Amino acid sequence: MATEAPVQPPAPGKKINRIGLEPVAYRGSKTTLCAGCGHNAITERIIDSFYELGIDPTQVIKLSGIGCSSKAPAYFLNSAHGFNSVHGRMPSVGTGAVVANRKMIAIGISGDGDTGAIGIGQFVHLMRRNLPIVYIIEDNGCYGLTKGQFSPTADLGSTLKTGVINDLPPIDTCALAIELGASFVARSFSGDPKQLKAILKAALSHKGTSMIDVISPCVTFNDHEGSTKSYAYVKEHDEPLSEVSFVPFFEDITVEYEAGTTKEVTLHNGGRVVLSKLSEDYQPTDKMSAIRVLHETMARGEYATGVIYIEPDKTDFVDMLGMVDEPLASLPQSKTRPGKQALDEIMESFR
Amino acid sequence: MSVADAVQEAPTKSRTERIVNDFAIQVATVNGSGSQTANLVLLRSIFQMGVPVSGKNMFPSNIAGLPTWYTIRASAKGYISRKKEVDFLVAMNVETAKEDVLTLPPGAAALYDEPLKLNELRNDVVFYPVPFDKLINPITTDAKLRRLVRNMIYDGVLSKLLSIDMGQMEKALRKQMGKKEKAIALNMGALKAGYDYAEANLPKLDPFVVEPMNKTDGLILIEGNAAAAIGCMMAGVTFVGWYPITPSSSLCESLIDYLKKYRRDPETGKATYAVIQAEDEIAALGMVLGAGWMGARSMTSTAGPGLSLMGEFTGLGYYVEVPAVIFDVQRVGPSTGLPTRTAQQDILSAAVLSHGDTKHPLLLPASVNECYTMAMDAFDLAERLQTPIFVMTDLDLGMNTWMSPTFEYPTKPLDRGKRLDAAKLKELENDWGRYRDVDGDGIAYRTVPGDGMPSYFARGSGHNEKAQYSERADDYANNLDRLARKFDTARTLVPKPEIEVVRGAKIGVIGYGTTHWAIVESRDELRNESKIETSYLRLRAYPFTKEVFDFINTHDRVYLIEQNRDAQMLSLLKMECNVEQFAKLRSILHYVGLPIDGRSVTEELVKQERGQ
Repeated sequence: MATEAPVQPPAPGKKINRIGLEPVAYRGSKTTLCAGCGHNAITERIIDSFYELGIDPTQVIKLSGIGCSSKAPAYFLNSAHGFNSVHGRMPSVGTGAVVANRKMIAIGISGDGDTGAIGIGQFVHLMRRNLPIVYIIEDNGCYGLTKGQFSPTADLGSTLKTGVINDLPPIDTCALAIELGASFVARSFSGDPKQLKAILKAALSHKGTSMIDVISPCVTFNDHEGSTKSYAYVKEHDEPLSEVSFVPFFEDITVEYEAGTTKEVTLHNGGRVVLSKLSEDYQPTDKMSAIRVLHETMARGEYATGVIYIEPDKTDFVDMLGMVDEPLASLPQSKTRPGKQALDEIMESFR
Repeated sequence: MSVADAVQEAPTKSRTERIVNDFAIQVATVNGSGSQTANLVLLRSIFQMGVPVSGKNMFPSNIAGLPTWYTIRASAKGYISRKKEVDFLVAMNVETAKEDVLTLPPGAAALYDEPLKLNELRNDVVFYPVPFDKLINPITTDAKLRRLVRNMIYDGVLSKLLSIDMGQMEKALRKQMGKKEKAIALNMGALKAGYDYAEANLPKLDPFVVEPMNKTDGLILIEGNAAAAIGCMMAGVTFVGWYPITPSSSLCESLIDYLKKYRRDPETGKATYAVIQAEDEIAALGMVLGAGWMGARSMTSTAGPGLSLMGEFTGLGYYVEVPAVIFDVQRVGPSTGLPTRTAQQDILSAAVLSHGDTKHPLLLPASVNECYTMAMDAFDLAERLQTPIFVMTDLDLGMNTWMSPTFEYPTKPLDRGKRLDAAKLKELENDWGRYRDVDGDGIAYRTVPGDGMPSYFARGSGHNEKAQYSERADDYANNLDRLARKFDTARTLVPKPEIEVVRGAKIGVIGYGTTHWAIVESRDELRNESKIETSYLRLRAYPFTKEVFDFINTHDRVYLIEQNRDAQMLSLLKMECNVEQFAKLRSILHYVGLPIDGRSVTEELVKQERGQ
């Protein structure tokens, strides 16, 4: 998905990326989220990833639904167009947008309520379509913007600040995404910058739906003892499936790992995801294996993080539609209004 | 209310004279029995004889087994609204046959399946018993085919009884069946069997006949949904997000067929459009807004229940200012009534759809030709006004077959609205605001992703002229006021009403959509029977243009006629009237699940005039 751009020679003393842009070109407005909010850490990793991959921010669209998480697109890539849409309905807006201009790179930010509750229907169908988009759930297990009610990803037995216990099982958005047809599924933790950045860069290089569930503690409403989405709990129960590294297509690096414990997957644009220290029986390109590991870790009260499932060559939704290469949005009248002969022929058929 | 009452109203008079090209045939069948082919062949045959016709299908929300009625009206005078009385019944449905016959006016005729013995029910109706089973047996041995082809027998009988040319019947059948020679032969067999039986056994006893005319020369027969689809394609639609719902499904389905045929890149064969069947109407409109925001010509079509679901997104489209075209092929229910019956019941809800202060332009096609032209108007207006535009058709217009002159090829280029470009940006001294009204018409310049122009952040929350998040009182109020100004600009851009002022007429009539055809007939009845002259204004859009208020000012009493219970358009109109205008407004309403007819309008108007 990375935009091709000529490699610029770095100016002396100035930090720029391969398309000659400084890190500031990737920043957005100042965050208005709480200090210490996991979402801000994710925003920083998004900025790093776009910068390091050298993606032209004007060729990106940022989408979101409603909620604390959905405010995030305002905080990165100022020169990209953004659309803060309707609660739970970002997938449909994203679908129309991506199909209307297939050249743009789309990133959607959602939350666990926005995706798992009001938006579960649209989430399901976006995954099923394998729409080319990076879909991030900033997952804190609660509704931050309405002051801390449980969301559908809250774990069984987790408590609210008031002591109320959640007695419904969580929706595992990763398992669901895999089941439905997303072709890149990952889970990470806002407190693990290294892993998160590697996953984001890989996701941005994948063609198809990249669904990333990022556990992102809500410091105001869900960071207490008894919460399973607190910094302390997640740190204690983070179970990385592997060490994730990402080698973009423009870097020629050979990585050597101990045989048998490493898996390398080449993505559509030539970038490579390298998963090392994998347990021997885990295959991230195998659906059954991926779903099994999610169930096993969940049963132990752990979060399996890393790239959980990847299907690099799956046909994406835009390709399925058989459209012209040029964006639909910029097609001229000469290509969109058939000639008089067509109308005459149609009229004749009704005589 | 009995089943038959659902599609027939009480008889009013008896007739004995010879009646040429002025009657209604009603075919009562069971849905799923394949009667549609026979009905359309009948309709088309009369049309081919040069006689103005209209066909109206009254069908249940069901696939097979429930009563269905198809009414064909022949009218030398060219009246094409529903005729209140049935003159010639074809009783094919055992379940409803008795009531169908009992509700006929005296002097009517009834063709029926012989074993039903309907002739015993009354003696003021002409009966034509036809032994369908006996006639179909020699045609085919296949039980399924027998059931389907059986209906062609009544076409054959009617051909003889009503003097409908058999050659025209065959031509219409071929038109209907395409190149399926085997099926044509089978149907022709049934058609002839019916004709021959009638010739040998059924002496003509009723007054109804079809005689050739030349009133359909150059006309086509088409459904409103197909017409709208052609309009959308000619409007250069590039994105369609839709969810199946009767009676709008055939709009997108026709469009898909046309796009596949006419909208492929000549060099690559690839599509210059995308059509996505969404998971629901919420997603359909969400996709349309996403594509519209991106700069695509984007649309959806739906009916009332879908409209309800689209509420929140419509408000977002209004406030974020994204072009979108929404066809609402109006019906009732199922949350609020009859799911497959026509109505004009979404007017009020569409006009102000969503939470918050919102209002939306509505286009109001009355004919299939307007379905075509207004589809193109809608896309231009959506991009010009940067807002959702509703095209309010209805089941009657969308799904029934109408006569029309052929559609004209558009001469006006597409209006892509106000888009910021390098020249404009320079003129603005690089100080562009997405929501800044630089021209005073409430419409700001927009950019779209990927166009190389400055970006902005589209959001449904409060924003200032530069599209930045703002909760400031002045930013919010200024923005709402600008949107109101934009709506006033819409007033000058939407299609103007069609007005016929009759000198000296004190009464004005206002109508819109399919109600028009009943009004046309009723105005003649009022003039001829009651010496009441009326002027007429046909609304073609909301917001109301200046002409509407001028029309009210120049008449003493103004009747707004519409097909809903709550006088929805009248309510919108009253919101904008002064006290004098308000006092002149009256209402005639029709909401029985059937298309409005001229007679009902006439009776109600005369009643209200006499009561005055």
